[in-house]
Amino acid sequence: MTVMQKKATNPIAHLTAEDIENLGRELDALRERVVASRGERDAAYIRKVISTQRKLEIGSRVVLLFSLFPPAWVVGTAGLSVAKILENMEIGHNVLHGQWDWMRDPKIHSTSWEWDHVAPADQWKQSHNELHHRYTNVIGKDNDLGYGIMRVDEDQPWHPAHLGQPLYNFVNACFFEYGIAAYDLDLGNKLKNGGHKDPEFRTRLRAVGRKIRRQFLKDYLLFPLLSGPSFLHTLAANFTANLIRNLWSHSVIMCGHFPDGVETFEKTSIEGETRGEWYVRQMLGSANISGSRLMHIMTGNLSFQIEHHLFPDLPSNRYQEIAPEVRDLFDRYGLKYTTGSLPRQVFSAWKKVFRLALPNRRQPVPPASPLDGTPDHPTPALIAA
Amino acid sequence: MTATVPRPGPTRSFRRRLWRLAETVTTPVLPSEYLDLVAPLRAGADLRGRVVAVHPETPDAATLLIRPGRSWRGHVPGQYVRLGVDVDGVRQWRAYSVTSAPGRRADPISVTVKAIPDGVVSNHLVRRIRPGTIVQLDQARGDFVLPQPAPSRVLFLTAGSGITPVAGMLRSGALAGSDVVLLHSAPTAADVVFGAELRGLAERGAIRLIERHTEVEGLLDVAELDTLVPDHLERRTWACGPLGLLDAAETHWSTRGHAERLHTERFRPTVITAGDGGAVTFTRSSVTVQAAGETPLLDAGEDAGVLMPSGCRMGICFGCVLPLRQGAVRDLRNGQLTTALPGDGVRVQTCVSAAAGPCELEI
Repeated sequence: MTVMQKKATNPIAHLTAEDIENLGRELDALRERVVASRGERDAAYIRKVISTQRKLEIGSRVVLLFSLFPPAWVVGTAGLSVAKILENMEIGHNVLHGQWDWMRDPKIHSTSWEWDHVAPADQWKQSHNELHHRYTNVIGKDNDLGYGIMRVDEDQPWHPAHLGQPLYNFVNACFFEYGIAAYDLDLGNKLKNGGHKDPEFRTRLRAVGRKIRRQFLKDYLLFPLLSGPSFLHTLAANFTANLIRNLWSHSVIMCGHFPDGVETFEKTSIEGETRGEWYVRQMLGSANISGSRLMHIMTGNLSFQIEHHLFPDLPSNRYQEIAPEVRDLFDRYGLKYTTGSLPRQVFSAWKKVFRLALPNRRQPVPPASPLDGTPDHPTPALIAA
Repeated sequence: MTATVPRPGPTRSFRRRLWRLAETVTTPVLPSEYLDLVAPLRAGADLRGRVVAVHPETPDAATLLIRPGRSWRGHVPGQYVRLGVDVDGVRQWRAYSVTSAPGRRADPISVTVKAIPDGVVSNHLVRRIRPGTIVQLDQARGDFVLPQPAPSRVLFLTAGSGITPVAGMLRSGALAGSDVVLLHSAPTAADVVFGAELRGLAERGAIRLIERHTEVEGLLDVAELDTLVPDHLERRTWACGPLGLLDAAETHWSTRGHAERLHTERFRPTVITAGDGGAVTFTRSSVTVQAAGETPLLDAGEDAGVLMPSGCRMGICFGCVLPLRQGAVRDLRNGQLTTALPGDGVRVQTCVSAAAGPCELEI
């Protein structure tokens, strides 16, 4: 946790190593309680979401066959957008996290699931589950911090190219699924360093190509063709639904780690990290979104980003239930539970994107010298193991 | 071996093309995922069945009538079917003998389940399952069946729920012309599954029924067969029941030199007993190693040179999940046991699971 010393106020200065391990034990116990109580209710929930999503998608696509009529276009596009959002967020993301593997249903399993996204499930699982969730907010390790194209933390070095990052971010938001696929492929690095000739990379690239082709065939050729005279209208509707889904998921995901109040960490800070310290990093490196139950479902319960990062493999419907207990832990251990409404968090994240397009106005506050410590304000302790 | 593969006719290739088109329309999922929403029992779907009725048989046994999906290929009396049921949200597979006589394809089949103490699935099936529930099925299997033509003299040696495969044979009518003796053990008369039906058959002279009520008369000693059924060694015998009975019967028949006349059915050929560590077999790599109770299966595999998939190595990314073909593993985070019988294929996270007895992973 050494990186936190750079901050003006170290958010965990008041915690001893023992406090952190106790916190870890409390979280382990919370996880165990949820795991032990998983059952029929949870299974019924995910099956219901999946069947609702499928019915909504079929219904919307049928309505869009008549998209020549403006009301049909509006209804169909809205329905399809919601269906695509559900499919990616509450279903795809969470199934691929293994949140439902415990049901032993081979059809709803992280090893067999494929989603309506140009990033193939196995590639996304590797970069998201393995790298992002393990190295959450560790600068230089977790590429979700700015997706390798943006600077979202003062501690990331500035480069003139960052001046364009508000634009990159907007373009990335519109074509988010392609951005994710490129990111999972580590495309930028591979092109720069000649790694694109690597046969493994080429196999992965072909897999992405296949998915893009199939998606294009479906959304931009087959369904428009089936719509006959409504060809162009359906094509536009499908494009709009994909655009809305991309903008929505981009916004939700930006809110998870970019808003103000979220901490970042240095590579060296996670060497020899204990279970408790890993938990603390997840707690401070994530932010929630407050809102209605429907909003939570539409975000795939990533509005409970903190709970999700603590327990990435617990069923998503449980995050809301454990949130009060998690929040209570934050309070008891004097940690900041970052949360806010969707507009507020989106604004906060965008503000950061704009602000950090420019170089830092001042240097980060240097670590306090031991001599500055007074009995009333003890020096922020070095808590790293 | 060469064989002429018949060329698909024009209709078949047209249908196949149509299906390919449907797959493109439903990508990334298969068309069947949508069809399952409305017709889970249609031809071509994964084999499932719908529970149409549940009849209590004894205080702790019940018969389930299940209408199998259109892909059901039928059964031979004495065979079993594997049933996949969601208990507390978790898919569990168990094998049960089919107790109904073979009928037409659309006819419901029946299985009779005896609730065993602490039996997760059996108690669910006997006490909780409701008509209308969809269950997963496998095609009927098993070679505990009558030959054709049926032998003229038959002995059935059964105990408890071991009567179930025999019930299927008796109901099929295949033994109509045979001399049949049924020696069945149960704790009391009320515990005899299909008691009334069996006694009815005996009254009509279709079978000779010997009931052994073990609460009063004690467990059957196989040596008693000499007096109970003096000609038992001359009969073709089918035995089904607890392992103790089957082991004793096998010894009895083989020491008397008639092992070939005895057929046994063991429902639980492998009894999974959880221990601490054990032999881990990586089936496709043909590697077996001894792993300690605290060594993650992932480490055990890697140390043995198996090309294991891996990821975060802390139980969060699910990049290391492999099917556990059989055996027991323990979750190192909470000590929870996961067991699998052959055919179960439970998927486990190898980075946070250790061997809890011998186990087989598919890789």
